[in-house]
Parts: sequence; C-alpha cells; structure tokens
Amino acid sequence: MADTHTATPYGLAHHFDDVEQQREAGTLGMWAFLITEIMFFGGLFLAYILYRSTFPDDFAAASAHLDWKLGGTNTGVLICSSLTMAMAVYHSQTGNKKWLIICLLLTMILGAAFLGIKAYEYHDKYVSHLIPGFDFHWTGHGSPKHVEMFYYLYFVMTGIHALHMIIGLGIMTVITVMARRGRFTPEYYAPIEISGLYWHFVDIVWIFLFPLLYLLGAHIHH
Amino acid sequence: MESEVQNKAPRTHYINARYGLKSWLFTIDHKRIALLYLASITFFFFLGGLFAVLIRLELLTPKGDLVQAETYNRFFTMHGVVMVFFFLIPAIPATLGNFLIPLMIGARDLAFPRLNLLSWYIYVVGAVFTLIAIVGGGVDTGWTFYTPYSTTYSNGNVLLTGIGIFITGFSSILTGLNFIVTIHTMRAPGLSWFRLPLFVWSHYATSLIMVLGTPVIAITILLLAFERIAHVGIFDPKLGGDPVLFQHLFWFYSHPAVYIMVLPAMGVISELVANMTRKNIFGYKFVALASIAIAIFGFLVWGHHMFVSTQSVYAGMIFSILSYAVAIPSAVKTFNWTATLYKGSISYNTPMLYAFGFIGFFIIGGMTGLFLAALGLDIHVHDTYFVVAHFHYIMVGGTIMGYLGGLHYWWPKISGRMYPEGWARFAALVIFVGFNLTFFPQFLLGYQGMPRRYYAYPDEFQVLNVMSSAGASILGVGYLIPMVYLFWSMRYGPKAGSNPWGAFGLEWRTSSPPPTENFKVTPVVTWEAYEFSPVEETEVIDISTP
Repeated sequence: MADTHTATPYGLAHHFDDVEQQREAGTLGMWAFLITEIMFFGGLFLAYILYRSTFPDDFAAASAHLDWKLGGTNTGVLICSSLTMAMAVYHSQTGNKKWLIICLLLTMILGAAFLGIKAYEYHDKYVSHLIPGFDFHWTGHGSPKHVEMFYYLYFVMTGIHALHMIIGLGIMTVITVMARRGRFTPEYYAPIEISGLYWHFVDIVWIFLFPLLYLLGAHIHH
Repeated sequence: MESEVQNKAPRTHYINARYGLKSWLFTIDHKRIALLYLASITFFFFLGGLFAVLIRLELLTPKGDLVQAETYNRFFTMHGVVMVFFFLIPAIPATLGNFLIPLMIGARDLAFPRLNLLSWYIYVVGAVFTLIAIVGGGVDTGWTFYTPYSTTYSNGNVLLTGIGIFITGFSSILTGLNFIVTIHTMRAPGLSWFRLPLFVWSHYATSLIMVLGTPVIAITILLLAFERIAHVGIFDPKLGGDPVLFQHLFWFYSHPAVYIMVLPAMGVISELVANMTRKNIFGYKFVALASIAIAIFGFLVWGHHMFVSTQSVYAGMIFSILSYAVAIPSAVKTFNWTATLYKGSISYNTPMLYAFGFIGFFIIGGMTGLFLAALGLDIHVHDTYFVVAHFHYIMVGGTIMGYLGGLHYWWPKISGRMYPEGWARFAALVIFVGFNLTFFPQFLLGYQGMPRRYYAYPDEFQVLNVMSSAGASILGVGYLIPMVYLFWSMRYGPKAGSNPWGAFGLEWRTSSPPPTENFKVTPVVTWEAYEFSPVEETEVIDISTP
C-alpha cells in the first residue's frame, strides 16, 4: 500500500478512491478479523464451560492453586495498557507526535510487564509440577485427571492469549518506528487506530479469562 | 479489441502487462492471483481424483484384493482431505470469486491486495505440509479425524495433515474477510446492494461462513494436535474427555463448509441462468436473501451428523427440523431458476448445459439430504453409501458443475479467447453421463446397506459397484477433456470480444482480458441487475486508449 503518486493524497493505496474509503476498509477488515478471533477463542470457552459444568469441584480445586493476586495485577496492567493505547490514538488524531510515541512506548512497557508476570506464573507451575503431560503431579483435593484437564485448558487459553500479546507487541514496535519517522498525520492515522482495536480485543479476552480461571476457586484455601 | 484496430500494437492487459515468474509470484493483481489459485486447485483436483480412481479400482471386485484394508483407509482419507480442503473450498471463491468480484462491482482490486496474495501463499504452505504427509504414507482417519482414534491410536501422519489443514484454513479466512470488506466498501457509485449481481451476493454469504466457521476448525485441529503430541487433553475418554465434543466442534465448521462449497456455485448458476435466458432472474431479492438464509441456517444444523452419536433425542429433533428448514431457501433458488427459464430466450451453450446439470443434480442431492435429516430414516442409512452418494451429488454434481459452467462462461474474460464449443458440449455430456453412472448406483447400494469406508463387500453388491467404477472412469475422461481444450484455447482459440455472450454485468463492460486496473474510468451504475432490454446496446467503458 506504499505506492504514492504526487497526485494522490498521502498514504492512499492505488486501488482506493480516497483516504476515507481506505480507512473504512481497514477498520471493517480489523473488525471482521476480531470476529474470527472470537470464534477461535469460542471453541476453547466452549470446552472450558463443558468440563467446568461436568467436574465443578475438581475445577474449583485446581483453580485455587492459581494466584489470583498475580492474575488481578495483570488485569490491572492490561486495562492501563488499553488506556495508554486509547490515548495514543487520540494523540495521533491531534498530530501530537511526542505524546503519540510516549503513549505507544507505555503501552508496550505494560504489555511486556504482563508477559513478565505471566512467565513468572508459568515458572511457578513448572516448579509445582502442574504442567500437563510434563511430569504432572497433583496431591491436593480432586481427581488428578480432571485437575490436569483444567491446567491443560489454562495453558492453552492463556498461552494462545500470550501469543496474541507477543504479536501485539510486534505490531506496536512497527507503528512506533513509523510514528518516529513521522509517517502519521491527523489525516492518516488509520494504522494506529486499527492496531488499537486489536490491542483492546486481546485485553478483553483476558478480562474473560481472569475470572473463569483465577476467581473460580479463589475462595478455597489450601 | 478496439485498440488493436486503432493502434495495431497489442493491447496491454493484465496477462501481458508484465512478464516473468516474479511478476506472477509477487503480483498483487486479483486477476493474476486468481490464476495462481486456478493452477494450484487444478493440481489438487487431479491428485484427489487419483485417489478416487484407486478407491474405485479396489471396489471393482467384492474381495479386498488390490490393496490392504489399511491402505484403502488411507486412499479414502486422502481423497477426502485433498478434495474438501484443497479443492472444493477454494474452488470457486478463490478463482472465479477472486477474479470477478472486483470486476463485477466496478473496483480496481480487492480491498486488501497484499492480503490476497498472502492467502495464496498460506494455501501453498498448508498444501506442502499435506503433500509431505501424503508422500510420507498418508492418514487413515477419514477426513473427519474423529477422536480418540485420531488423537491416540492412528499411526498415520495425523499431525502433518492437521497442520496443513490448520494453515490452509487461514487462507480461507483471509479470502472471506477480503471479500466482505471489498463488497462493503468498494462498490462503484450507484451500485446499491440490490443492484449487485447474484454471484456477489452468494460470495458475500460464503464469506460470512468462512469468517465465522473456519476459526472453529482451526482451534479444534490445534486441540487435536496438542492431545496427540502431549497425551493430555479433552477429547479422549481415557483422559476424562468427551469424543462427542470433538464431533460438535468439527461439524460446527464442517457442515457450514458444505455451504462454502455450494453457495458460490449457486451464484454462478444465477449468472448463467439470467444471462443465458436473457431475462432478469425471477424474484431477484428472494434469490439474493436465500443465500444469506442458507448461510445462517447452515450454522444451526451441525447436529444432524450426530444422530447416532449419543446426542440427546430432543437435540436430534431440533437439528432435524432445522435441517429441513435449509430446504426452504434452497428450494427458493431452484424454483426461481426454473421460473426464469419460462419464456426466456435460452441459449443451449456449454455454460447453460452445466447450469441444467447443476439444477438437476442439486435437486437429487438436496432431496436425499432430507432423507438423511429424518431421524428415523437416518438410522437406517447412516454411514452407508447413501450418504456418500448424497454429498457427492451436492459437492461434485453441484459445486464442480457450477465451477466448470462458470469457468467456461468467464473463460473469454479470463483468457481473452473462446473455448471450442463443440468439444465443450461433448465434455459436458460425458461428465453428465459419467457422474450419474458413478453416483446413482451408490444410492441403491447404501439403501441396501453397503457401509461406506469398507474395502470389501458381499458379492450381491458387485453389479452396482462395477457400474459405479465404470461411471467414474467416464467421469475422469470427462474432466480431462476441458483441461486439454482450455489449455489449447489459450493460444489457438478464436479471440473473444468484450462481451461475447451479450451478457449483463460490469465485468462484460471492460475488455477481454481486462487491463490491470480493470476499468480506465470508474463506472457509474444507473441500471438494475440483469436489466435486459432489447433496444439498449451495452456500452464498453474501457476502450484502452491511453
């Protein structure tokens, strides 16, 4: 989409009539993509709901072993990153390059902090022998087979979510570099807006994952 | 055409705009990408056909004498996997859809040209994985990959094939996404939704299914792969899981996938029927909205694959009723096509022959689908050749007839040349005869109780099986003939004008083959779809003068 002619407005690809049409297409494209993501995660949520309703006690016991304080912190971190992302979009619309870059960097730092805390939690599960299929060992309350299934779903769901975070960080890096090179103007900021949609979506997925996985057994003391 | 008269120099169009392998592999022109897809799916069509030949050879005799049972399992699995995921699903959307949607809506390209090229590369990468799996011994699970056999017991290349299908799925998702955005945002001025060609409507409905359904098969295959690798998971009863969950997830995509295959063909048939009878389609809005209705109903009927898989009888009843409901929009289309023929000025040329074939086969395939949607009758015919015959009438009789009809109809636009009409009619006839001889006996076999997926059968089934194998060889020849003459016509066929059929639609108002940018001037649409009028001559917008 980099073909720019002298006659066409800045950032307009050859096959669009005007910037407005291009922005509309990009935004609709991202929304459609996010719907595919909902269906993708939907399969996992279905499996989770089925087995949670089949083995409620085992799932609660397994969930009690997750640290809801770390999960809660991560929820806060992600919500803050969504705020900084929204601010980045605002500053790109007003053409404030300095604050645009600051907000993008803050978003990336918060995203990286989320992944850091997640990695710490994964390490904790490794130490406690709670990685399914990998020397899994459960001595607590509940059927080990079903607890292992809970942790399997936990790792698949949070793992795929973390993968989306990593991809998001990659996208943020690209648009931060583009912003530094002054590629965005108050008329052409669609890439930031569209990346923002993606970032908020990944955030919302976590908002659902956190209560389902962490708070389910938080009342049980072990 | 006009330019050659004026300038003598050959006109620049999308094929001769640039030369060399690189100009094809790095093109972002939707028309060239359509041809890349055309080459790839043709390869897979004949590969899948090769497995069909092997299946029919084994079934020529009642005893399992040509191959081992395990080998036979691999043959029908690879036949299904290749045909479904690498031919039927991309067949019409990725070739004709890719080529025609921007032309039909007066756009210069799809909304995301690079994404379009990326989808082809994703398709190729997925295809390579699957080819490696085939060369390395294949898979024996059936194309349905039912658990726990696929996760725990099968010794085939389940993982490689699964990865191939997973990857290729994203090509389908991105194509659907591209179509949706293109149809929403790139229509020419004046081209309102109810002025769109029905081909575009059916592709819009198809894209909805691609975007909503394919991610579900992606996550399902991912979970299957994890379970096979790590021996933990949610499908194997030994691990505390439920194999029927896999069936629900699998059919949630794979039933709508049938509509991914047949809806685009319905779009082709609507174009053929309207243009070859030179009439507006009867009940345009009903036909357009029937596509959307089929897409929606299609998502609500997956349970009819599980009538005998411990699904509750009440769920079965609801799924049965909803499956019957799909017949309504399907019948709306069929009745409206036939009503369009009434007092039409019908041309009995090759594309129309395929359209007639489609309508007949689709009626048989659709009506037998109602047999299968009936709870009681399905217990008798479940997993028999009746099912095989039914879905081949839809997939081969429906999708491939639509695909071939469309390919012939738009061939002058794609290649700038006419195909040889005599040979083409002959091939259509051979295909019609071969198809019926192959698959009609399978209805009888299935009704008499011959199960699918067996390499041997009782002696009394031999006559019908020999008929089926004989029909398959006729069908195979029928498919080879167009391949030969279409290639031949690219060089030697008579040159086609902009609108050799006198057809309606924006794609016929640019030259053949179209220039890279499709239209020199963005067309402004002031007419309804298929607004045939005896006095008006269609004007050609692109005259290709600089």
